[in-house]
Amino acid sequence: MIFPSRDFKVLSGFSSDLEARGVLCSPEPGTPQGRAMLTFMASDSEEEVCDERTSLMSAESPPPRCCQEARQGLEDGENAAQWRSQDSEEDLDDADRYVCSGVPGQPLGLEEELTLKYGAKHVIMLFVPVTLCMIVVVATIKSVRFYTEKNGQLIYTPFTEDTPSVGQRLLNSVLNTLIMISVIVAMTIFLVVLYKYRCYKFIHGWLIMSSLMLLFLFTYIYLGEVLKTYNVAMDYPTLFLTVWNFGAVGMVCIHWKGPLVLQQAYLIMISALMALVFIKYLPEWSAWVILGAISVYDLVAVLCPKGPLRMLVETAQERNEPIFPALIYSSAMVWTVGMAKLDPSSQGALQLPYDPEMEDSYDSFGEPSYPEVFEPPLPGSPEGELEEEEERGVKLGLGDFIFYSVLVGKAAATGSGDWNTTLACFVAILIGLCLTLLLLAVFKKALPALPISITFGLIFYFSTDNLVRPFMDTLASHQLYI
Amino acid sequence: MTAAVFFGCAFIAFGPALALYIFTIATEPLRVIFLIIGAFFWLVSLLFSSLFWFMARTITDNKDGPIQKYLLILGVLVSVLIQEMFRFMYYKLLKKASEGLKSINPDETAPSMRLLAYVSGLGFGIMSGVFAFVNTLSDSLGPGTVGIHGDSPQFFLNSAFMTLVIILLHVFWGIIFFDGCEKKKWSALLVVLLTHLLVSALTFISPHYGINLVSTYIIMVLMGIWAFFVAGGSCRSLKFCLLCQDKDFLLFNQRSR
Repeated sequence: MIFPSRDFKVLSGFSSDLEARGVLCSPEPGTPQGRAMLTFMASDSEEEVCDERTSLMSAESPPPRCCQEARQGLEDGENAAQWRSQDSEEDLDDADRYVCSGVPGQPLGLEEELTLKYGAKHVIMLFVPVTLCMIVVVATIKSVRFYTEKNGQLIYTPFTEDTPSVGQRLLNSVLNTLIMISVIVAMTIFLVVLYKYRCYKFIHGWLIMSSLMLLFLFTYIYLGEVLKTYNVAMDYPTLFLTVWNFGAVGMVCIHWKGPLVLQQAYLIMISALMALVFIKYLPEWSAWVILGAISVYDLVAVLCPKGPLRMLVETAQERNEPIFPALIYSSAMVWTVGMAKLDPSSQGALQLPYDPEMEDSYDSFGEPSYPEVFEPPLPGSPEGELEEEEERGVKLGLGDFIFYSVLVGKAAATGSGDWNTTLACFVAILIGLCLTLLLLAVFKKALPALPISITFGLIFYFSTDNLVRPFMDTLASHQLYI
Repeated sequence: MTAAVFFGCAFIAFGPALALYIFTIATEPLRVIFLIIGAFFWLVSLLFSSLFWFMARTITDNKDGPIQKYLLILGVLVSVLIQEMFRFMYYKLLKKASEGLKSINPDETAPSMRLLAYVSGLGFGIMSGVFAFVNTLSDSLGPGTVGIHGDSPQFFLNSAFMTLVIILLHVFWGIIFFDGCEKKKWSALLVVLLTHLLVSALTFISPHYGINLVSTYIIMVLMGIWAFFVAGGSCRSLKFCLLCQDKDFLLFNQRSR
């Protein structure tokens, strides 16, 4: 799920002032007027009163977390095997694959201009984490042999691919895909039901369980394999300390509060871990068919009126509910404009302590044009407590990260040591992301983030592997340059 | 075949491109996007070239012998043509995008066509260089002896230098090409195409790296000088730049001097 966040955070008393300046979002049906929408950039606990409602949520703040947590809950209840949680994580992200946009209530001209003005920045804010995740996955795949060894399959892909004939193998992979997709659909529907009946504690519990498993168990396994690969010895006390610190800080950052950069780093790491587990346990052909099928499902679930994800989104909108930050990558930037006298007592204490950090970390992106968009505060603004902050950022669901990384990782794992295929898939996915964001700016409604990128990725994987690779290999062996 | 060879060749081949990226492109998000789109266009052109070569090979039924070599040469030449075609298509796309951006954002300055020419050239160059060299580079990390069958032991070094010159050439070709399209000087396009064909053809004499590399570098220097003048440089501005007296000539966003 991708959605740009364009919240205008205002203290409720001054909304009229800002409306006069044409800056505040005018009320839209469904958006309570003058509502102080505090957006938390860092991870926040769900008990925060101020939501993380990004203003565009006339669209879509799908609470994918609900889906995922519910699924996890279900799976955890069945079995505690390690590869279950990866499925739950997979489901987690499943619902994340939206591209949402649209700013409810901003004057149209300003909004268009702002969309286009900041569009390039949003794209880069997504390119960087996606690239980092892919780099981690590809580096691991190319160096740690554990993740390319075949050691069994998930219970969700029961059919083996060690069959004598091609037709049988194809049939098995299609069956595996059908099973996986139906599990996902069932989980999503279960999640919608859970969400409708407000079983939040249930959902939170499962979310925490799954993060625990990812941050501790999978990290331990990953660390073990990396140490094995490089033949480095580490004693158990050190290992315990390392994993404990890593996991504990991760839990705090992701589920509670923490510096934004750290939260982003943790989210990237857990996405990479999930993707690695998928790459290891999904058989070859099944993986490709599943990738294709997930994109189709995403498209259907988000755009069809009766799609489960769309219904989820609408329910969330009706209730003006926050989105669980633990499963959304948030790349928010905070620009404090106007009489930015930071008065911690006048606002929820959560937001402000992190403002300087965020502003610092995004100083390097500082575009001189940003403050110029807004007029200096009107003289009528009272008390100097007026604080208007505009958050410009993009939020991307972890499912997108995971499936992009699975595609690139599979390309790196299954090629004959060919880097060209990996790079081609990488560029294709980035271009798909670009196009998706462009469509977002044009249509301004919820769009799934997977289909375009995965389609491009698949096309380029197969064509590069079969057409370009022999050509480039022949050229390289004769040292010809084109 | 050690880490020294790997890092050395990697930095020879990609060092200048990386420096250009870090200092001129990485700071502006829009330029990064145009760079990646340029890389994508080159990739698609490569796809079509491979498709052509693949079909040609299937038609001749994969017979071994001199016919394969001729097919390869034909494939290379057709690939150059297709690359230049895609450069033209990218120019058209950028032209449309520029106009679109301008009509929507009249106050914000869209990147100029010259800048886009440079960015697109760099995109093409980086992708071309990476595709040509990265497999060789990863092989250099592994065990082996270079030239054990009588080939040149300078294989990696020569490939690295060749990759470097190709990247720089793509940058210069991009600038010249776009300028030719803007001013409707079709002769410039033809010269770009011909020099590209020449450079590729020079690699056919591949075991004799000396002639190959030296002449390609000479062509690169010539293209570089032409691109410099096409992009608006002059001897005077060059002198001022080298003597750090160019405060008056700097663009608005480079006032730090």
